[in-house]
Amino acid sequence: MQENLHRFFRAARGAGVHVSPAESIDAMRAVASVGVADRTVLRDSLLLTLAKSEDEKKALGACFDLFFAHVDPAQAQAEEAAQRDATQDQVPAAPQPAQPPGEQATAELGPLARMLLAQSTTDISAAIANASSAVGLSEIRYFTQRGLFSSRMLEAMGIQRLRDDLDTLTESNPAHAERLQAALDGLRETVRDAVAQALALYGREETENLRHEILRNAQLSRIEPRQVAAMRALIRQIARRLRERYSKPRKRQRRGHLDVRRTIRRNAAWGSVPFLTAWKRRHRDRPKIVALCDVSGSVARVSDFFLLLIHSLHDVVSDVRSFAFSGHLIEVSEILETKSAEEAMAEIMDKVGFGSSDYGASLVDFERQFMASVTPQTTVIVLGDARSNKLDPRADILKQISERAKRVVWLNPEGRMTWGWGDSEMPRYQTFCNVVRPCATAQQLERAIGDIVAAYQ
Amino acid sequence: MADPQAPSSAVAAIEAVEAGLAAQGYIASRQIATAVYLSQAIDKPILVEGPAGVGKTELAKAIAAWRGLKMIRLQCYEGLDEAKALYEWKYAKQLLYTQILKDKLGEVLGGAQTLHAALDQLHDFGDVFFSKEFVEPRPLLQALLEPQGCVLLIDEIDKSDAEFESLLLEILSDFQVTIPELGSIAAAKAPTVILTSNSERNLGDALKRRCLHLHIGFPEQKLEERIVESRVAGISQTLRRQLVAFIHDVRTLDLKKQPSVSETIDWARVLVLLQAAELGHEVVKDTLNVLLKYESDIEVALPQVTSFVAKAQRQNIFG
Repeated sequence: MQENLHRFFRAARGAGVHVSPAESIDAMRAVASVGVADRTVLRDSLLLTLAKSEDEKKALGACFDLFFAHVDPAQAQAEEAAQRDATQDQVPAAPQPAQPPGEQATAELGPLARMLLAQSTTDISAAIANASSAVGLSEIRYFTQRGLFSSRMLEAMGIQRLRDDLDTLTESNPAHAERLQAALDGLRETVRDAVAQALALYGREETENLRHEILRNAQLSRIEPRQVAAMRALIRQIARRLRERYSKPRKRQRRGHLDVRRTIRRNAAWGSVPFLTAWKRRHRDRPKIVALCDVSGSVARVSDFFLLLIHSLHDVVSDVRSFAFSGHLIEVSEILETKSAEEAMAEIMDKVGFGSSDYGASLVDFERQFMASVTPQTTVIVLGDARSNKLDPRADILKQISERAKRVVWLNPEGRMTWGWGDSEMPRYQTFCNVVRPCATAQQLERAIGDIVAAYQ
Repeated sequence: MADPQAPSSAVAAIEAVEAGLAAQGYIASRQIATAVYLSQAIDKPILVEGPAGVGKTELAKAIAAWRGLKMIRLQCYEGLDEAKALYEWKYAKQLLYTQILKDKLGEVLGGAQTLHAALDQLHDFGDVFFSKEFVEPRPLLQALLEPQGCVLLIDEIDKSDAEFESLLLEILSDFQVTIPELGSIAAAKAPTVILTSNSERNLGDALKRRCLHLHIGFPEQKLEERIVESRVAGISQTLRRQLVAFIHDVRTLDLKKQPSVSETIDWARVLVLLQAAELGHEVVKDTLNVLLKYESDIEVALPQVTSFVAKAQRQNIFG
């Protein structure tokens, strides 16, 4: 059972549940005290000791069901005991089939061929189990390793000998050879299934990481429709990470100078002997962010993700005002604050999205209605490709904004190479920005937003 | 590893926990009972998470009542610190004693010939003031000092600051605290520790690792019926069943605050008080404010009342 538990911990890690050595010890103590006979109790105990959140419980529960679907805990224990007694040098430990069917020819065949012809399912599954531990099947991580592990397992089971047997049989007994061939095909399939199941158990995390890594660096504007959901999940994860990193209370730096007045008042009861001290609190700038987001047709996909991130930014930073524009500009702070991400995005796109962009007109809108929202504490973030369809870019308004604001950050979903080509007004705007960054992938987006939020910490 | 006798006795022990809690009016699911059993068996605190009003705090009370132990409760809030949770020096008493003993000071120092000797004697004198006599135990220390053991409830740990968690770590893993002037104080008898959290913020890994993690969600229909049965006296079976079915339907709506078990019980009591034998359209509309705490939620639920009531009544016939 111990061995099985260790394999289960590995599977749990594969399912994304963090299992540290300390936790595995706890789990083993728990299992030792509840035993393995009652499957529900075992499941509950492992869930209680290993999973640390509701999500982890779900993942671990599914993992448990998959893992113990083919391992009966009580039986495994008995088997283990039996194995300890038995000598297990030869792999596969193929037991002699009780009655070899038919002719004596079978007696000259290798163990695997005899087993296949005997068609004893228990022997075959035992041999597969032996082979999988011999080749270390639980080490499988990537789907690309499936073929390799399948062939290694077949080798461990003695497929080389089987091929020879097949050759000799084809000459001496074609009918037998045919049966053996069919059985071999069946065996290949079973092994393939076993490998696939092992991959599902042990490989999930790595495969997912690989996929995430690819997504993270993919061009946001070129995401295929089928990847959009995964990308959204990724952006959410980024947002959550940003939130966790930056929303922690920051008390430590607060202690500065002694507040004499408050200290004396607080200790009046003890004749002003200062037992309790009071400290002056340093006031920090209230973070203020004004985000202007281009949602015109050309950058719609990117702004979709950007809005999603801004949506979660509303949780981290208390004072965010968001604006969306293509031909004209509207404030969307309230929509982002009160609605769920999906609803908010749909509504924003519905109101101003997908138009042809007019940066000049949008900046005029901003100047007329919202200029007052920019103060010396404000960071202004603009997300857009700065393509204004040959209309007047009104860079002078951006200049005004940058004079009022603490800083202006421009995130451009196009690469630097294209700035200034065609109708791109980026070089003109660039002069009035403190930071300009290409921002085409999720990773760049995360870094950019992280830097902006970090500036306030 | 597991001895063959263990399984059956463990299952029996878990059932005993269930029965013991039930005797205190706490109907526990199998998972809750397993957690309580395990926390005893491997000496680990239980971290209970879940929405408000599903009986996280009640669980601690029920365990204390069942095992006849004292319950010590520490309510967490932002700014909670060592002095309020663990121990404090009795400054006033120290000051008072210094004043009273002022006259004795001469005697203490009387024999000393040199400054060094006087200092040494003063030193002993000072240690007296930082002894157990002058420590004011707060809930956490009280729990450790309790000779019979106790149930220590650390309520709403998510409301406290992250620093406070670190303060708890020593207690949670070793059942002891270190007071610099006195050294470590270990528990006379390890308390049963229950921590509750509404997931307002994410707790640290170090804390989570020291605890069994129990999530209590809204109970299943059958379990909730049993809870209502044990907590609300004189409720008819028909009403009980319809009421729970109705609440389960309400929980499928998109609400600001889902009605939880405590609301179910309140509502059931109200309905019994109104002598309703069955769930009716009118009585539900009149008492919906017991179940739902926001005006906007009531507005969402109102149009559904008729169909939910009808569904609940139907279910009673077949169920």
